[in-house]
Amino acid sequence: MNLFRKPSPEPLWRDEFSVFSSDEKYVSRRQFSKFLVLTSMGMFVGNLWILVRSWFSRKPFYPVTAIASAGEIPIGGVKLFPYPNLQEQCILLRTGTDTFVAYSQKCTHLSCAVFYSASKDRLECPCHNGAFSVQDGSPLQGPPRRPLPRVVLARKGDALFATGIHLEG
Amino acid sequence: MKQPGTPARKKGLTAIDGAMALIVILLLVQIWLVSATLETYLAGHNETVLPGAIISGTIFLACFGLYLFIERMDAESRGSQR
Repeated sequence: MNLFRKPSPEPLWRDEFSVFSSDEKYVSRRQFSKFLVLTSMGMFVGNLWILVRSWFSRKPFYPVTAIASAGEIPIGGVKLFPYPNLQEQCILLRTGTDTFVAYSQKCTHLSCAVFYSASKDRLECPCHNGAFSVQDGSPLQGPPRRPLPRVVLARKGDALFATGIHLEG
Repeated sequence: MKQPGTPARKKGLTAIDGAMALIVILLLVQIWLVSATLETYLAGHNETVLPGAIISGTIFLACFGLYLFIERMDAESRGSQR
């Protein structure tokens, strides 16, 4: 089976611009198919671009940073802090006498800043009424489907340190 | 200039329409695949990127194969008229 068509003996203008009206259907369909296949190639190039980006992207570096002292936050209180860099805001919550949790403040839907709702004991996104569990950051309602990235905490005496980020909440 | 359609031409046109419909369906799947791969990549899950690229490449090759089929059918159908 010959996949490629034989070169037409007709000149290009005659091959592309049909003389007969019945040929027009073929020419328009062929050109539309060409457009579709070029679009498909564009999608493939997009996938390759994502692949190359993921291969060459460096692993994020998470510094150990002192973020708060335990005594400064009351039970049910929150503190905002930047981590792992100044552009990324996170939210620290004191859920009990000795229990703290911290999450990225970016909603996993469209990156609005989430806040702690003490009355409902959950993290809420004001943009599209999304809500996340305080216990594990999992989505409870609204459009978010992924949990909030959880900041790994360590405690040394009264000082609280952020040591990393878990993307799975 | 009008030219009467023959059964062979109509058959060719039907085959081309079928191939085009298949390309459109594959393209829709591919568009969804790109958006899903991008979404998971931005969420920090790199494990879906390679399978996504392989499947996208396979779909592109399938579309290209269908395009070659359309070209051939077109040439055959029109060639039979000349």
